[in-house]
Amino acid sequence: MTATAERPTTTIFRRPSSTKGLWSWITTVDHKRIGIMYGYAAFTFFIIGGLEALLLRIQLSQANGEFLTAGAYNALFTMHGTTMIFLFVMPASSALMNYLLPLLIGARDVAFPRLNALSWWIFFFGAIFLYSTFIFGTSMAPVGVDGVGGVDGNLAPGGGPGSFNFLADSPDGGWFGYQPNAGPLYSPGTAMDYWALGLQIVGLASLVSSVNFLVTVLNLRAKGMRLLRMPVFAWMTTITSFLLLFSLPIIAVALFMVTFDRQFGSLFFAANAGGDPILWQHLFWLFGHPEVYILILPAMGIVSEILPTFSRKPLFGYSAVVFAGAAIAFLGFGVWAHHMFASGITPVAQAAFGLATMTIAIPTGIKIFNWLGTMWMGRIRLHTPMLFAIGFVAMFTIGGLSGVTHAVVPSDWQQTDTYYIVAHFHYVIFGGAVFGLFGGLYYWFPKLTGRLMNERLGKAHFWLMLLGFNLTFGPMHWLGLQGMVRRTWKYAPETGLEPWNLAVTVGAFIIAFSIFIFMINWFTSRRRGEESGLDPWDARTVEWMAPNPTPEYNFAVPPVVTSLDHFWHLKYEEDTEGRAVRVDHADEMLANIEHDQLNPVSPIHLPNPSYFPFFFALGLPIMFYGVIYHRTPWGKALILVGLVISLAAVIGWAMEPLEEPHGDDGGLAEHDQLELAEAAVSPEGSDPVLPPAGGETESSDD
Amino acid sequence: MARSRLRLVRLGALVAVTLLLGACSLISSEDQPLTTFEPAGPFAERIDNLFWPVFWIAVAVFVLVQGAILVAVFLYRDRDGSKEAKQLHGSPKLEIAWTIIPALILAGIAVPTTAAVFDLTECGPDAIEVQVTGHQWWFEYHYPDAEITTANVMVIPAGQEVCARMTSDDVLHNFWIPALNGKRYLVPGQTTELRLQADQPGEYWGHCAEFCGLSHSLMRARVQALEPAEYNAWLASQQAGATLPVEGDPEYEGYQVYLNKQCIQCHTVRFEDDSASNIIATDAFNGPELTHFASRNVFAGAILPGEGQSRGDALKEWLDDPPSTKPGSFMPDLALTEAEIDALIVWLESME
Repeated sequence: MTATAERPTTTIFRRPSSTKGLWSWITTVDHKRIGIMYGYAAFTFFIIGGLEALLLRIQLSQANGEFLTAGAYNALFTMHGTTMIFLFVMPASSALMNYLLPLLIGARDVAFPRLNALSWWIFFFGAIFLYSTFIFGTSMAPVGVDGVGGVDGNLAPGGGPGSFNFLADSPDGGWFGYQPNAGPLYSPGTAMDYWALGLQIVGLASLVSSVNFLVTVLNLRAKGMRLLRMPVFAWMTTITSFLLLFSLPIIAVALFMVTFDRQFGSLFFAANAGGDPILWQHLFWLFGHPEVYILILPAMGIVSEILPTFSRKPLFGYSAVVFAGAAIAFLGFGVWAHHMFASGITPVAQAAFGLATMTIAIPTGIKIFNWLGTMWMGRIRLHTPMLFAIGFVAMFTIGGLSGVTHAVVPSDWQQTDTYYIVAHFHYVIFGGAVFGLFGGLYYWFPKLTGRLMNERLGKAHFWLMLLGFNLTFGPMHWLGLQGMVRRTWKYAPETGLEPWNLAVTVGAFIIAFSIFIFMINWFTSRRRGEESGLDPWDARTVEWMAPNPTPEYNFAVPPVVTSLDHFWHLKYEEDTEGRAVRVDHADEMLANIEHDQLNPVSPIHLPNPSYFPFFFALGLPIMFYGVIYHRTPWGKALILVGLVISLAAVIGWAMEPLEEPHGDDGGLAEHDQLELAEAAVSPEGSDPVLPPAGGETESSDD
Repeated sequence: MARSRLRLVRLGALVAVTLLLGACSLISSEDQPLTTFEPAGPFAERIDNLFWPVFWIAVAVFVLVQGAILVAVFLYRDRDGSKEAKQLHGSPKLEIAWTIIPALILAGIAVPTTAAVFDLTECGPDAIEVQVTGHQWWFEYHYPDAEITTANVMVIPAGQEVCARMTSDDVLHNFWIPALNGKRYLVPGQTTELRLQADQPGEYWGHCAEFCGLSHSLMRARVQALEPAEYNAWLASQQAGATLPVEGDPEYEGYQVYLNKQCIQCHTVRFEDDSASNIIATDAFNGPELTHFASRNVFAGAILPGEGQSRGDALKEWLDDPPSTKPGSFMPDLALTEAEIDALIVWLESME
């Protein structure tokens, strides 16, 4: 803590003070370090989820494949979906949002730094809890032996030809957990409990961070950064946070209902006792469809940063892009039953949800056309981040178009539950979100390391991933329309589905290879990449006014924002034709900015680290293990132990003194910011050049 | 250097496209019995007619967007001597245009969509009712008018509407015969309806489309459409009970195995002599009715051949250890001897 105020003296425990080593990571409240931990965890799960997918693809490369047992296959597709959605894309978005949100709005941290640490540690322990099912979980009641049969043969996990049957003892009810198949009667083992409770914990993490991000955006924007001057990625983070805030409680309730059904004999979804299995689907998709936008909106934000930078033009229709994002989020809550067109809901409901789904295509189209408008007549530089952003637009468009065919309800009766749907949502989530996330990683890598990633390897990664992606998911459209049903362990050779399945498997391995290239690039560039300097991409937004790698305090001099794309307008004026012209002293100004940002004039007050988020989060999985085994004495003891740990952490947290000298949990008192903002225009600071464009004057926030 | 790399990329793209087209033409000529592209009745036809215009609209938008991307990258790529870009912030006219035009196109799609939803959902008044019950992992068909029950193969008359009234005995299932209509769930405790019609006699393949547990992939379906006269003959033959084997008949030993080796606990067989019949209540732990077993051309969830030369081998494999063919099968490995299996096969094959 180089520039931290003195440690407060009145505390029960000594405040953590390590700045290096394991404890510094455990107790950190720095949004950047939290973002880094989120990022590495998410990437690890990306690799795990990817390996699961490869095993599935080996099984399906031939008709009547005998590589995996049925039990292993079902467990792997369940865990692949669960992992990729909850343990990869969500935390990967969270990583970028955590790292960048304060930078994008010119702040020094999020509003509640300890809460931020809490959300990360809850995620971390939740993910470990969920994956511990591979060690502790059982998928069926422990009677009967694999494939041997006997009267209890039906209860043996797995069975049939194939290997990897040890994987069968993990959640196997699908990531969607449809009832009653995933309920107590048909999935009697503990694995689905790990699934339900693991998602419960992981969901809590997202809920916590959504509140944090919203408060941050509303309160900690730099002076002059009105809401409609925020970078689009900050906007999409905001909208995503609203989605999380409103949708996560729904899945929390639904998962509790499942847990009660499974653990305490409630009968919410038990058809044989008057419960309704379809109710689960309504609740699940009422969360699940907004979840799709939770996955894609951050990537849309990332792409909306990259495209203008590399087209050297402002984002076309900035406010249209922002409001389209909000419209998508809003409409996203009214379309859930399009996942259930085959469930037997009434024709009125089907038509209504079909039409509502179609309307989502309109704001989505607005975004796509505005991105095209951004590139149009630009001066396009095809660096790796730009390739990924363009790839995003191209691939996401395909996913959007196949989405419209699902809104045509009768057409969806044919397509639903086939590989056509698998193709569709991979074009949205992989072609969309994952391309966007990779673009973001290449783009903002200098903020992390002060270096650039290797362009050759980056381009190789992009082209191979694009090829592999299309070879994997393109033919799935065809397979689905030729009748290949989802979640099938085997298909008959007579179905004629084999050749394309082989192609798909080859594609999956090409993707895997491209990810391998990315990893090499990442780890070599971290140490040996070309140094980036302050502004490697000639960027537009204020996060590039912080030095690379970003110092702990982000900005020694928080920016005073005078327009959208503030940073760009410091560097460029427009000539009579409207073309950008670099101002004379731009380079000198950049050097000054970098100098000032690296040399704070006075000690910078930063939030202090804390033990308590870690220990609060640690209590949760212990409690939840106890819930799974609550029928045993040690299960009850675990509940108690977890409860005590979490409660003790809450008390410690509450007793932890406010910080000196300006003590709010958020660390940055407002007049701190103002002070520094004033320093920015003071003589010893750089000489901020006010942009001529826009003619907007500074004003208070909207 | 850059030039030669570009040439390489072009060459690669050309090879890829050629291979792709070649593969396409190769595969589309193959027989694909689950395809959605060969509707065999009015309902599937209606859906097909709805899909294609939407598909072509999607293709047009695809070409527009991908084309614009390529043109933009080609025209506006930063080259030596490129001028800085004009700093355009947007265009309200364009925003309005690309809001309204897609909205109009979607409204155009919405009208026939809504009409089709209402037309296709409710069964017609003259439809023949077949009650479908989903089990892990096979479909049971009950014909309430004829009072017969069969499994795995749904026999229907060609040219007439059949109304499938469906429910499930355990978890969710999803009945799907691509050539005849879209899908509909089978929900425990509820009844759903699906209209089916085949214009021509023939075999139509299907599959359970909702994940329903361990052997979901092996829960398949078959619809056999017969000429109306043949259909009536089929109904009549199914209504008759099986002949009760007596001592000395070649089928007698198999029947004894059925009686003594637990088969009878789950499988109904109706005999001509009704007092010998063994009817398993449908809500009990039950398996497919075996009366007229040999009249079905598939068995075991429509995964094994129930006719021709291969039937004997398939039965042998199945009876030896059902869960090894269909993991998790509720029909357990009863440790039958080879002799018992052979005897059972003789008896089963006799029940046409």
